[in-house]
Amino acid sequence: MTITVGVLALQGAYQKHVKSLSRLGVESRLIRKPGELQACSALIIPGGESTTISLLMQEYGFYPAIKSFAENHPVLGVCAGLILMADEVDDKRVTPLKLIAFKARRNFYGRQVHSFTADVTLNFDHRPFHAQFIRAPGIEELSPEVEVLASHNDEVVMIGAGKHIALSFHPELNDDTRIHNYWLSRCKQTASN
Amino acid sequence: MKNNNNESTPYANDDFKVKVGLAEMLKGGTIMDVTNAEQAKIAEDAGACAVMALERIPSDIRRDGGVARMSDPDMIQQIKDTVSIPVMAKCRIGHFAEAQIIQALEVDFIDESEVLTPADEANHIYKHDFKVPFVCGATNLGEALRRIGEGAAMIRTKGEAGSGNIVEAVRHMRALQNEMQRLTTLGREQLMSVAKDMGAPYDLVCYVAEHGELPVPNFSAGGIATPADAALVRQLGAQAVFVGSGIFKSEDPAARAVAIVKATTHFDDATVLLEVSRGLQPGMKGLEMSEIPEEERLAARGW
Repeated sequence: MTITVGVLALQGAYQKHVKSLSRLGVESRLIRKPGELQACSALIIPGGESTTISLLMQEYGFYPAIKSFAENHPVLGVCAGLILMADEVDDKRVTPLKLIAFKARRNFYGRQVHSFTADVTLNFDHRPFHAQFIRAPGIEELSPEVEVLASHNDEVVMIGAGKHIALSFHPELNDDTRIHNYWLSRCKQTASN
Repeated sequence: MKNNNNESTPYANDDFKVKVGLAEMLKGGTIMDVTNAEQAKIAEDAGACAVMALERIPSDIRRDGGVARMSDPDMIQQIKDTVSIPVMAKCRIGHFAEAQIIQALEVDFIDESEVLTPADEANHIYKHDFKVPFVCGATNLGEALRRIGEGAAMIRTKGEAGSGNIVEAVRHMRALQNEMQRLTTLGREQLMSVAKDMGAPYDLVCYVAEHGELPVPNFSAGGIATPADAALVRQLGAQAVFVGSGIFKSEDPAARAVAIVKATTHFDDATVLLEVSRGLQPGMKGLEMSEIPEEERLAARGW
């Protein structure tokens, strides 16, 4: 079965994900209305400003649409996308989708002057990933059934729960497509189950 | 921490990538000029992806005259304390001491801006010296590449700030897009000559010739007053928009701010654009370009 990945295109780095997917030969489409999800078999919620994306999701009825989509389809959330996938957020300005059992903390590492790059240890690949953390969120109160997929200096920075993955750094800002590739291979597994 | 810093091409190093990374996150969004915490809150609630903290919005600077400088740090601090989205602040062209102060305040982006009175008529700031990313204005490709050469992590094509008139933003966005398009049609042997004529760094000219776009995000600023204006510059290639006087000089800032945010997202969907254009109170009055004397045009500042 061929996968068509929807990339939520309300605000943020959505075009970079389209580029990463096309490098892997995977078809994608930009999603700006909930109805457009019907043509997709998976969804990426990209980085951007979580308050902006949350507000536009509410305005256009994305909350019920993504929640029901996520019951049967994989979702990848990056940075702001991670915040939106959480059960709980430390800031009332963002309404979470409650797709993975953890609490997200916005701007965990501080403002832009504290943004950084680091080699992150992946649990599914022996080579580290050179990751960019941009005003990145933190992962807290992780439920024991959630899988830790990557960490950096004892902080969990990437998690998986069934078909869903959330991460606090930006795989789309690198030419390295291993993270997208890993998520897609999990997508295919769930599709064949 | 691994750092691939290389002095000869500083825009290929990790520090620069992290700066451009934040610019990438602002794409598809609306950045709003605000002069106090209350306006910043309205902007954030309306869906702004960042705010620009400044003491007077461009149309008031234009009206009041005098020297326009960096904003009061306490005012910027109050705005930082009020909103969770990135906060930007402006320094004068070439005024690296103002930039150092703004960086010490931990603002997320610095705008080396022609809206303020230039401090140096020959030199812009060497922006690679800073940890905080910079955005700079440009009216053409040569100017954009010079700013990137100095370390700008984002370009905004200049409209005429405080005019409420979109014509200059369109002129400069089209100029930039046309020049980038032209470069992609040239042979390798022609690029040094282009670099010479444009006064632009050769390696950046080569990058544009190969990719057909700038190595950093390109937004549009100046003269955007309506949802339709935002949609127009987005369709012409702006990856996000800055709105200054257009929001807080209108009669219904909150409603207009939401409408412009939605128009920026749904820039190519006329059904949404129609819906958000309805029921707005009058926008700012605006100025015909012939009403602004050449020497008072802000877009002409910088080179």
